[in-house]
Amino acid sequence: MEFTLLGIGILTWITFLPVVGMVAVLLLPKNSKDAIRWTSLGVTILQVVLAVVIYSRFDRSLAGINSVAGMQFVEQGTWIDIPSVAWFGRVHIEYFLGIDGLSVVMVLLTALVSFIATISSWKIDRSEKGYFALLLLLNTGMMGVFVSLDFFLFYVFWEVMLLPMYFLIGVWGGPRREYAAIKFFLYTLFGSVLMLLAMIALYFSTNVYIDGAGVIHSIAEGTKSGLAGLEKIHTFNLLAMMDPGNMVPGSLLAGWETSWRYIAYVGLFIGFAIKVPLFPFHTWLPDAHVEAPTPISVILAGVLLKMGTYGMLRISFPVFPDAMLHFSWELALLGVISMVYGALVAMAQTDFKKLIAYSSISHMGVVILGMASMNTQGMTGAVLQMFNHGTITAMLFLIVGVIYDRAHTRGVNEFGGLMNKMPRYSAVMVIAFFAALGLPGLSGFISEAFSLLGAFQTFRTLTIIAAVTIVLTAGYMLWVLQRVFLGTLPEKWAGLTDMDGRETFMLVTLAVIVIFLGIYPAPVLDLMNASMNSLAGIMQHAGTTGMMGMQ
Amino acid sequence: MSADTLVTLSLAVLLLPLAGFVLMMFFGKKLPRQGDWLETGIITIALGIALYVLFQKMTTFAGEVGSLRFTWIDFHEVPGIGPLKIVLGFTIDNLAAIMMAVVMIISTLVHYFSIGYMHDDVRYSRYFGYLGIFTFSMLVIVLADNLFLLYVGWELVGLSSYLLIGHWYEKKSASNAAMKAFITNRVGDLGFFIGMAIMFTTFHTFGLTEIFAGLQSGQMPLGSESWLTVAGVLIFCGAIGKSAQFPLHVWLPDAMEGPTPVSALIHAATMVAAGVYLVARVFPLLTADALMVIAYIGLTTAFISATIAIAQNDIKKVLAYSTISQLGYMVMGLGVGAYTYGFMHLVTHAMFKAGLFLGSGSVIHAMHGAMHHQHDHHTDPQDIRNMGGLRTKMPVTFWAFVIYTLAISGVPLTSGFMSKDGILAGTMAFAGFTGHTLIPIVGFFVAGLTAFYMFRLVILTFLGAHADEKRFAHVHESPKVMIIPLMILAVLSVFVFYSWNPLDASHGWISQALPRPATVVPEHLAATEAAEFAEGVHHAHMPAMLLSLTVAGLGIALAFATYYWKKISADRIATSLAPVHRFLVDKWRFDELYGTVVVGGTLALTRALNWVDSKIIDGAVNGAGWATRGTSFISSRFDALVIDGIVNLSAYLSGFGGLVLRKFQTGKVQTYVLFTVASVLVLYFVFRMV
Repeated sequence: MEFTLLGIGILTWITFLPVVGMVAVLLLPKNSKDAIRWTSLGVTILQVVLAVVIYSRFDRSLAGINSVAGMQFVEQGTWIDIPSVAWFGRVHIEYFLGIDGLSVVMVLLTALVSFIATISSWKIDRSEKGYFALLLLLNTGMMGVFVSLDFFLFYVFWEVMLLPMYFLIGVWGGPRREYAAIKFFLYTLFGSVLMLLAMIALYFSTNVYIDGAGVIHSIAEGTKSGLAGLEKIHTFNLLAMMDPGNMVPGSLLAGWETSWRYIAYVGLFIGFAIKVPLFPFHTWLPDAHVEAPTPISVILAGVLLKMGTYGMLRISFPVFPDAMLHFSWELALLGVISMVYGALVAMAQTDFKKLIAYSSISHMGVVILGMASMNTQGMTGAVLQMFNHGTITAMLFLIVGVIYDRAHTRGVNEFGGLMNKMPRYSAVMVIAFFAALGLPGLSGFISEAFSLLGAFQTFRTLTIIAAVTIVLTAGYMLWVLQRVFLGTLPEKWAGLTDMDGRETFMLVTLAVIVIFLGIYPAPVLDLMNASMNSLAGIMQHAGTTGMMGMQ
Repeated sequence: MSADTLVTLSLAVLLLPLAGFVLMMFFGKKLPRQGDWLETGIITIALGIALYVLFQKMTTFAGEVGSLRFTWIDFHEVPGIGPLKIVLGFTIDNLAAIMMAVVMIISTLVHYFSIGYMHDDVRYSRYFGYLGIFTFSMLVIVLADNLFLLYVGWELVGLSSYLLIGHWYEKKSASNAAMKAFITNRVGDLGFFIGMAIMFTTFHTFGLTEIFAGLQSGQMPLGSESWLTVAGVLIFCGAIGKSAQFPLHVWLPDAMEGPTPVSALIHAATMVAAGVYLVARVFPLLTADALMVIAYIGLTTAFISATIAIAQNDIKKVLAYSTISQLGYMVMGLGVGAYTYGFMHLVTHAMFKAGLFLGSGSVIHAMHGAMHHQHDHHTDPQDIRNMGGLRTKMPVTFWAFVIYTLAISGVPLTSGFMSKDGILAGTMAFAGFTGHTLIPIVGFFVAGLTAFYMFRLVILTFLGAHADEKRFAHVHESPKVMIIPLMILAVLSVFVFYSWNPLDASHGWISQALPRPATVVPEHLAATEAAEFAEGVHHAHMPAMLLSLTVAGLGIALAFATYYWKKISADRIATSLAPVHRFLVDKWRFDELYGTVVVGGTLALTRALNWVDSKIIDGAVNGAGWATRGTSFISSRFDALVIDGIVNLSAYLSGFGGLVLRKFQTGKVQTYVLFTVASVLVLYFVFRMV
């Protein structure tokens, strides 16, 4: 499946359009604020259009995961090729983009959330130029992570995303913005370093053949077709890393179920777990959310957190299936702790935004538990939960933003009776809250149900403990609902106004998606189905055959 | 026309109230009369179709089951399982057809009653919209042919219940009650969900037909027989929540904060009976052990709530506890194997209990009106001690109320007599087969208690003299739109609609339509076989009838002796048994227990964990930050030049100017960049050596 525009692949377009927009924004004069806003919005609208094109042209029968042939909209070429870098040997890094059922869901989510976040940024009233430029750069970083199939490229995008996020929180955030921004930055960077180490270890442990045209071939393929005489190089190509046949014999990560593989897996895992964030690496999140401006919270919860779980599914699972199987119970346990712990701590919060932040930790725990089940139902639930959490939590943060913009406080105990004062706002709030607590008919339920159903197949006791969050989530969500929306309106909020058209548009758009996918999730599930079956197959194959089967 | 056509018609019944909900939410307020005619009209049409479906089902298609199924999610070729499809569907069998008609009858009558009762409500159109979404959700449960849709409907009625209990959400007590109802139900749903997960893990389907077939072929849930019992009990947990069974019954009395017609529809006749319906639906997969648990839960519930009902003075609270007690009866009936009568009691109870609630609504409406007239905002219009003598002022309400009360007390010629009698005969037969004699003993005792507290209610409300003469002058009978539903329900509480023989319902159409289904569990796990059990019930029929007549008569006589003729002083008994009385007034102190242990415990835990989170986990993070800062300070002394160079370069390239520079010069990022470079070098040497 290919689709190009002006000779450039659609994935490059969707990834780098925001950079073009950023350049445009930077060239605009500082005072033409509307031009800056509309340029940014135009870029995200174009991204949504491209996402729709991708959605409609995506071949649902292809699996991807570890096969190049199963990847779609592939763009593969040499990015960096240096014949010999001192002791590194020939460094050949590919510009390798492509998506399968796993990444396409994230690409759609990113386009959607970026669009909503840009509209939500309309009220930013401080150095708009810098803000929108950074927002667009952030957008490229996120999109790039989801379309990269080369680890180096993946890593570059991962880091590109970090910097704008740091400034967006640190400059446009709340009173403790600098603390929160630095904490976010350092914490993520710490994870990045571990990821980098794992990446380099993988690089040196993977060998492929490269032909004269710069195309790489796996060892098995190369040996078979008589390419054996060609040059052998190391590679960052993720798909090559997934093929145990490409492992350099005797290298650090060669073999199966070795302690070095476990160490590399854990390093990579921590890098991703910080992003999710998984207990106990989660404390940066509430601070970052509380200080971040609303649109940044929307992006943070809507897309950024998914990069962690995406990374695990994209890289940790197929590259380290042995380690993944070895640690699957521990992974599920951390998921369950995040679910229960996140829910309990959320219940203790009185800051509306912090409460939603902790609820995110709890809901992302569902993703971890679902994927740790390593069967199709659980992983499908997990990936769907990534999408649904993206839309539902975006709604929740927008809802907090609406009230914060008006009242300049987020204390849940300071409100009451908003239901009568702001009926439109309350209507979408009810949808978002009940979606978050997993009411059937709304999207969150389906993904949670399948995550738990899949997990139950693998981990019975853990899943039963995890299911307690069904009750806890209902507890804290309804309690907030009661304190903020029910009862009588305190005198001081008599002047509050209902949502304006812009706010209504954002929330209703998301609410429609939440309701639609709650009734009929097939449009998203069909996209990922082949990939999820393939991934489950890889994990099961690894589990049943062990090292023998891999050789 | 075929049985499948009936499903199509049922889907129309299902979707009409949903359409009503959507229309009311978007346009209700703009329509004349806030659209009450629209929603009520839609429901009336749906009722017509539902009755037609029932008639067709009972006559032409008696033995056939119509179904409509669709693939909802297709997982295709799943590793380890093979092709996996989530097929959902709707079915119309006798059980569903009867239940649908019951739901629609009550729902329609409640809609009409509400036009009078809620006429000046602040959120009139929204109220009708909520009734629509409730009716839709309830019908999802009724028509579902699989556990998944059952669960979906289960949660959706929870939502509508939440919205309607909290209809007057300005009152803290109302929003508290709504929240309590939802969360308590979720506890039960948790069990239901796990039960469903067990079935799905084993059979890879939610379809009840497929699960039954799988069990019949000898495949056990998770491969063991004990899991079969566990799964059955877990699914029953859903019923414990929804049907307010012990120990999750505490939400239902509080739910009386909702408007009274809502109490009639949701919290008396239909939604709370959904648990009974669920047990009836999954009845074939319940093992003897699971049924025993169910019987004892029902028994405990029936007993506890009947004792509480005696000591309550709020008219709706008395009825609420009576509802819980009757639900316990139905659950117990199913548990002992009296499937037909357990379900029949659901049907008859729906009519007379909806009537009792609407009747109490009529009374409260009249009391409220009279107090309003007197500008009295302090007296409680629901306290029966403030009533009395209403018989003369509200004759229709009174006579209807009496008929319902006779029915619930199990007096012959009423519907309640037949179904209750069947359950009691069932408990006697059960005791005969298993030796659990406690069940019939408590069963008859509760029957007596029921007759007593219900007649206490009637006497204190309608007979004797009114508590306040001045107020009495302003009491009026309710408008036609309210009393006509009362009359219809009173008529429907008469035996003739359920069986031609007032003393024996076993040849009535419901009994004929709903024989106990064959079990699918292995023989050595199954309860007493249906035919054998029917034989036992048949023998127990006569003694059960005599005994139940005796206890009902005793209960009624005692009530008259105490509250009408005042031969026995209730106050004296209350004083001499003060601790017991207090205990009953306090509802066995369940609320206090749960409030302290469960809610208090959870909240204490949340506070403790919040402390751990901010002080210990985040403390460790900040501690690491401080340590790094120290190291960074030292290293910056050594490497200021190099780092500065790198930072300046990257800042220049990234083009973000001063902001970047400032952060990088004073921050701790340098350490990490340095660390990164250092690690690459170290790793390189490691590789060199390997």
